[in-house]
Amino acid sequence: MSGKMQIKLKVNGEDHEFLAEPRELLVHALRERLNLTGSHVGCETGHCGVCTVTLNGKSVKSCTMFVAQADGAELTTVEGMGSPDNLHVLQEAFREHHGLQCGYCTPGMIMRAAKLLEEIPNPTEEQVRFGMAGNLCRCTGYQNIVKSIMAAASEMNSAKEAAQ
Amino acid sequence: MNDMTPDRNERQANLKGLGSSRKRVEDLRFTQGKGNYVDDIKLEGMLHGDFVRSPYAHARIKSINTDAAMALDGVLAVLTAKDLEPLGLHWMPTLAGDKQMVLADGKVLFQGQEVAYVVAKDRYIAADGAELVEVEYEELPVLVDPFEALKSDVVLREDLDPKADGAHGPRKHHNHIFTWEVGEKEATEQVLDSSDVVAEEMVYYHRTHPCPLETCGCVASMDKVNGKLTLYGTFQAPHAIRTVVSLISGLEEHNIRVISPDIGGGFGNKVGAYPGYVCSVVASIVTGLPVKWVEDRMENLMTTAFARDYWMKGKISATKEGKITGLWCHTTADHGGFDACADPTKFPAGFMNICTGSYDIPTAYLAVDGVYTNKAPGGVAYRCSFRVTEAAYFIERMIEVLAIELNMDAAELRRINFIKQDQFPYTSALGWEYDSGDYHTAWDKALVAVGYDDLRKEQAQRVEDFKAGKTRKLLGIGLTHFTEIVGAGPVKNCDILGLGMFDSCEIRIHPTGSAIARLGTISQGQGHATTFAQILASEIGLPADSITIEEGDTDTAPYGLGTYGSRSTPVAGAATAMAGRKIRAKAQMIAAYMLEVHDDDVEFDVDRFVVKGAPERFKTMKEIAFAAYNQAIPGIEPGLEAVSYYDPPNMTYPFGAYICVMEIDVDTGEHEIRQFYALDDCGTRINPMIIEGQVHGGLTEALAIAMGQEIAYDNMGNVKTGTLMDFFLPTAWETPNYTTDHTTTPSPHHPIGAKGVGESPNVGGVPAFSNAVHDAFRAFGLRQVHMPHDHWRIWKTANDLGLHG
Repeated sequence: MSGKMQIKLKVNGEDHEFLAEPRELLVHALRERLNLTGSHVGCETGHCGVCTVTLNGKSVKSCTMFVAQADGAELTTVEGMGSPDNLHVLQEAFREHHGLQCGYCTPGMIMRAAKLLEEIPNPTEEQVRFGMAGNLCRCTGYQNIVKSIMAAASEMNSAKEAAQ
Repeated sequence: MNDMTPDRNERQANLKGLGSSRKRVEDLRFTQGKGNYVDDIKLEGMLHGDFVRSPYAHARIKSINTDAAMALDGVLAVLTAKDLEPLGLHWMPTLAGDKQMVLADGKVLFQGQEVAYVVAKDRYIAADGAELVEVEYEELPVLVDPFEALKSDVVLREDLDPKADGAHGPRKHHNHIFTWEVGEKEATEQVLDSSDVVAEEMVYYHRTHPCPLETCGCVASMDKVNGKLTLYGTFQAPHAIRTVVSLISGLEEHNIRVISPDIGGGFGNKVGAYPGYVCSVVASIVTGLPVKWVEDRMENLMTTAFARDYWMKGKISATKEGKITGLWCHTTADHGGFDACADPTKFPAGFMNICTGSYDIPTAYLAVDGVYTNKAPGGVAYRCSFRVTEAAYFIERMIEVLAIELNMDAAELRRINFIKQDQFPYTSALGWEYDSGDYHTAWDKALVAVGYDDLRKEQAQRVEDFKAGKTRKLLGIGLTHFTEIVGAGPVKNCDILGLGMFDSCEIRIHPTGSAIARLGTISQGQGHATTFAQILASEIGLPADSITIEEGDTDTAPYGLGTYGSRSTPVAGAATAMAGRKIRAKAQMIAAYMLEVHDDDVEFDVDRFVVKGAPERFKTMKEIAFAAYNQAIPGIEPGLEAVSYYDPPNMTYPFGAYICVMEIDVDTGEHEIRQFYALDDCGTRINPMIIEGQVHGGLTEALAIAMGQEIAYDNMGNVKTGTLMDFFLPTAWETPNYTTDHTTTPSPHHPIGAKGVGESPNVGGVPAFSNAVHDAFRAFGLRQVHMPHDHWRIWKTANDLGLHG
């Protein structure tokens, strides 16, 4: 297939520009062009959420979006969430509360949870369970994922209060 | 004078050994998106493979035309059976002693079967190439029902001589694979004939799939300069894969390096060898370039290793007081087009003969008939030991049916039939020696915890209210007491492809008192890097934080049979402890030399060797480690290393008591899990946090299986549940919170008394959920209805019972 398009993306604060076929999936562009392999592929139908990233301030599943649709967008992937010396609160909380096992769903979980906590800073357990329902996990049974997110919420809220 | 601080308790805590809820060392890379899964691997010049798959479940292949595909820019090769035949690779051996087509050789036997393999410069071009391969099929009659298959004139496996024995003895019919019998047939039939009460039922455990979020895949990289093949893959048994690759490719085993990187869940799906691996290896050898193959979700669900699909006809007999006298089971096992079950060689139906469960049943008989049909091959243990979930579901359903027949409370019926604590080690009627158990204690603890008597009262009231038109919701109390059999297994009776099912650990202590240990297993989320270091910390007195655990590279790790069937802790965990003890034995001699006393005059104490009776005179393991590398000790070699290959003397038998309280809406078929209590006894507990996580996860997989998940076929052999749109995986929204609990009955033969836990919750969870559904309708005459209990089926059950007015 020919007819490549010029694509511009800002990912984790860095500008990228490349030629891509219009049919190329966003997740493949992230993983294979930009070597950001934290976003995974699990179902190709938008159900499992292991490819979840933030695009222009919204959670999207990068396996069901063409990179052409993302042209000009600003994205955050799990690689932009924290650094080894300065982990994001959610990254700490998932480890602290055993919110992961095989790790395959974890980047997507963390990306979605971060957005959820922006949308609802002080969620109930029910709101967390509903808000995370687009992200599947086969290992944990979600109980400790929910616990991790609730703990992160409370830590982020305390930090906010302290800052005020 | 040695400093006596920190005190003994602090020293113990510093180790983070057995019993510590140590945080996982794996998590730092996973939470930062820095895991390294197979699809993350990128090698110079890497090509991509994709399959042309059969749209038909049974068809003859008239022709394959690859011209158009080959003409596509970027396609380098298209492999068909014809290309593999000269290499002898168009068929491959299965784990069950059968053989399987790598690429369709004249016909196809299931929908999605591999027909041709396209190799191209990127995954998009490979997929385009696959579209361009023209295959002409002639449809053949399709057999999707194993009972029909055994009567049909249609021959599925034309390559097999119907008169010749199969891998497991005589075949009765051209679509029959094996008969496996255990126990005493005549004696059991006599007991059934002469007992007060006999309950009979057909219990079907439907076909489903492990469906890990990461699908199966590999990267094969043949280095033609050095003659070495490196094969990265989602392998639950990397060493066994290396041996299989060597046997079928003719490459010498030392020239093959198999690497299992991080694995995104396995649950049994990644035990087997698949055509994608063989084709990728061939393509890499042919092109001299690395070749990646990663299945998509549809390919995963439709073609790689399904689980279950057992039709279990049962009879259970008892005295009128409820004492069980005999158990009879005949299972018809649907294995699909090839027998690719992953079971130890001598067990064609796995450990299905654990089907006497937790009960003291004096006489029993089990027969299993394996059958070919037009479905995908597989038959793996989906988060269970070999066929143990099937066995547990069978006995836990039969107990419930017997309770109905006797008009007894099902909890009480279990209690009066449990194997008693003083009967262990207990030899079951079907030949297993249960190592240890205390079922009554666990059961009573569970019943008290949920308030069982009050629940029954509430349920009785609910039935009255329902009958009086005051409610449309019923209450089900799902009981299960399961006994697992894991840790395969003793080499004397357990092997896969002739490889004994031992496992291994090799330890190197570094001069500064840290260590690396390598094992023959491979974690897929179980947290081995965390827990095996804890076992070692307690054995050798170095902090778990100072011990690196490495698995999955066959060039560096000692040979082992891998991770499945909850065997890592029972077998490799034992090897770890034993290797640790060898380290300790040498450390004792070094310590005695340093302290200038006889070897027998020092004793191990947490993290040091101490002169007996003189606690102020000691050498820490850290000091001993350094001495091992810098002192010339007469009669002792320098260094501090050990390796252990552990052949377990017996299996381990974890058990548990699970209770599920479920509300069912009779008019919509929807359910709500009000409470789920799970008591597990996995012997010695290494890391309670990880155990709890394993239980949550296994229960959620059980919830999926019992309440909606299935691989369903239509009469044409079309897979109806080939994507996550229709294959049920519960979300956080449907999944309840679980209450976990435990008792601790160590295994008497395991070095640290651990039994394994990863699969217990799936084994015990499925009958607990299913029994809750059945129990809700018991008062209205329901005896048995097949899983999965999705909303429609529950609605239909209510409708069939006349509850919709």
